Amino acid sequence: MHTSPPATVEGVAHENPALLHHFATEEQQKNAANLGMWVFLATEIMFFGGMFFAYLVYRYWYFGDFGAGSQSMNVTLGGTNTAVLICSSLTVALAVRAAQLGKQKMIVVCLILTMLLGLVFLGIKGVEYHDKFVEHHVPGPSFYFPGHVPGHVNIPINQQHAQIFFSLYFIMTGLHALHMIIGVGLFAFITLHAMRGRYHPNYYTPVETAGLYWHFVDIIWIYLFPLLYLIDRSQ
Amino acid sequence: MSEHVSSLKLYIGIWITLLIGTVLTVVVAKIPLGPFNAVVALSIATIKATLVVLFFMHVKYTHEKLTRVVIISALCWLAILLALSMADYATRLW
Amino acid sequence: MATAVIETGERETYLNKEYGIKSWLLTVDHKRIALLYLMGITFFFFIGGFFALLIRLELLTPAGDLVQADTYNKLFTMHGQIMVFFFLIPAVPAVLGNFLIPIMIGAKDLAFPRINLLSWYLYMIAGVMMLYTIINGGVDTGWTFYTPLSTEFLNTHVISAGLSIFVAGFSSILTGLNFVVTTHRMRAPGMTWSRLPLFVWAHYATSIIQLLGTPVLAITLVLVVAERLFHLGIFNPALGGDPLLFQHLFWFYSHPAVYIMILPGMGIVSEIVCCFSRKRVFGYQAMALALLGIAVVGFLVWAHHMFVAGISLYAALIFSILSYFVAVPSAIKVFNWTSTMYKGSISYQTPMLYAFGFIGLFTMGGLTGLFLASLGIDVHVTDTYFVVAHFHYIMVGGMVMAYLGGMHFWWPKISGKLYPEAWGRLAALLVFVGFNLTFFPQFVLGYMGMPRRYWDYSHSPEYQILNVLSTAGATVLAVGYLLPMVYFLWSMRYGKPAPDNPWNAAGLEWKIPSPPSTYNFEEQPVVTWEAYNYDELDKRAEEVPVAH
Repeated sequence: MHTSPPATVEGVAHENPALLHHFATEEQQKNAANLGMWVFLATEIMFFGGMFFAYLVYRYWYFGDFGAGSQSMNVTLGGTNTAVLICSSLTVALAVRAAQLGKQKMIVVCLILTMLLGLVFLGIKGVEYHDKFVEHHVPGPSFYFPGHVPGHVNIPINQQHAQIFFSLYFIMTGLHALHMIIGVGLFAFITLHAMRGRYHPNYYTPVETAGLYWHFVDIIWIYLFPLLYLIDRSQ
Repeated sequence: MSEHVSSLKLYIGIWITLLIGTVLTVVVAKIPLGPFNAVVALSIATIKATLVVLFFMHVKYTHEKLTRVVIISALCWLAILLALSMADYATRLW
Repeated sequence: MATAVIETGERETYLNKEYGIKSWLLTVDHKRIALLYLMGITFFFFIGGFFALLIRLELLTPAGDLVQADTYNKLFTMHGQIMVFFFLIPAVPAVLGNFLIPIMIGAKDLAFPRINLLSWYLYMIAGVMMLYTIINGGVDTGWTFYTPLSTEFLNTHVISAGLSIFVAGFSSILTGLNFVVTTHRMRAPGMTWSRLPLFVWAHYATSIIQLLGTPVLAITLVLVVAERLFHLGIFNPALGGDPLLFQHLFWFYSHPAVYIMILPGMGIVSEIVCCFSRKRVFGYQAMALALLGIAVVGFLVWAHHMFVAGISLYAALIFSILSYFVAVPSAIKVFNWTSTMYKGSISYQTPMLYAFGFIGLFTMGGLTGLFLASLGIDVHVTDTYFVVAHFHYIMVGGMVMAYLGGMHFWWPKISGKLYPEAWGRLAALLVFVGFNLTFFPQFVLGYMGMPRRYWDYSHSPEYQILNVLSTAGATVLAVGYLLPMVYFLWSMRYGKPAPDNPWNAAGLEWKIPSPPSTYNFEEQPVVTWEAYNYDELDKRAEEVPVAH
């Protein structure tokens, strides 16, 4: 075998308990985790992308009914939720920054704030779902969505097409909410570790990668908000 | 570590910009622009998303070109899905 | 538990380091996980094969006399779903890729060993869900789940089958993620991209497809399940939906999935052809680029599955032209394998026999694919046995051949034992003959007009002779598949101990002991040679590699 002296000295490399056996250096481990999360987010783009594609097709076909459906959404609640998520993105970014600077308490505070904001988002989402349920806007046998297409008083809403809009609304926001729940769970786990002081400027990979995931979930909402709440609002 | 630490000021600035973007999206949606309403809404969303990716997700400061490659290829693949299938939807005779 | 066996004079390997069921079920060693996968995959291969055999038996006679029509629908559905999602897609990456990629690039393990174990558990959970589906009466949608048939009209277990494949897809994504990160981050010093074995390149290209395609299948299945539960109308034309939307989403994944199945096989064949021709691969760069090219172009052609489904004619033209482009990188690969063999000193050992089989059968499968890509012929042969024969030439003739070739090639490394070479050659011959006897008649049947998925063809008994040939071939094929399983198991106990490098092959995996130790390398290897340096290797034949 063409071996020259090993590139890393094992004894030195394994001083950090967070360094797993198969990595040579902390740098390599961190880079692997970081790339892994980015690649995972790429798969998430395609996962949500499939839904955006379905949305695009039906919005193109049934624009009027989609506009009517969209106008039944509560923009105040949706807009508030957008703001809540943006705030939570800030707190995550600050948590990572605190970890970079080694401010142990600050990490915990920022992560708890993030989870609270996440729960506020889910709560508001729950209120919206409840309203839709009360109004019979949930797809199914009791679905009822009377009215006319925005801007065309003499064209009634096609119930089936409107039902497709609400189906997509519930699936897209539902899967987004599921991602939020997973994110809150991740942060709960990481907060426990942060309380025990596991993260320091040389090792904060979990905070960073979970943060990337959270920002991604935020970005999905940034698109969902105008696409679901703001179709044809000028009518 | 050699990681870039962004200033607090920058984070707050991005946060305020994102909030302004949200308000702007809602306001512009009420102005009748025809099909351009969607264009404007998606443009603002894309600007917001780009800000999050560049500053909150630190892509602007990473030395790793690969991160950018991953993001861009995912977007290209999404474009393939949308473009080629819309080629069907846009040209159907029925 | 961790009984060292050093006192018996035996070297410590990944196999004898620890004993007991826990040391396997909780292992994070990529080699042990590969063996766990091997067991699961072999199990599902024989379940799927059993269904295939029942299908062939039913078609032995024109009348539908062996099983009921509904049962037949379930048989071909379960055969397809199990073979595609539980054998073809995971087989090479999860078994051979898992075992070999870290070793080939000089790493101790994959980047995320625990995620690797998780992906095996997900695979098994998906498998249990699929078995639940089978035991409860199965599913008869066809493996493609076409809507609105699957969502509105069938009273079988579509939801559990769909969720099972959703979970299996998650497992596949995690494997792909692990491979991409490992290839980028874990390469040994000196193992540059231009020195990577083509096996690793092939898995890298495969992983790209798994990562970017599988999520689309996942969301499609979520939509199908939601549609079936709540009758939303997304895919149901009676409720304003578009069934073609389902087909677009489904084939966006499931066409590239064909390349998930075949690309790792191409990687295996590249390794085998070079080793048994004692030559550097012809056009290394072109081979690597062709792998990536297939992965990318494979994403641009999916609607050729929908030519008769009612897509727009203009879109059909575009997809038809794009489909032809897949032939370019595929042809590069076939030409380069043959050029590699040209003037090589070829030896006809079992792995090479499978590689020969792969090249020939893949070429036939690929060329008949061109028939299907052209609009006019496709209309004639869509949903006939021509299509069935075509994709079996790619998947069974291509992928399974390569998988068996790879299993024989690396079996000495995996198990530390030699398999009986004569039996190996016999099995390779049986598989080749049996395969062609099974599927070549189906090309003819299809061109004559026999539709696929029919249980009874008593309206045209002239199809019987070819169907009898096909069933006879399937029997030979079954023997050909059982033989290796028997002698591999036999060799684990009675086989001769394998030397470190039984084929005198190039590549890092042959420079470590057979079977390897848990961390593969005692010290970090540094790569100073190009891939497939057989010319140098044979010049210095007396220079035995140092085993640590």
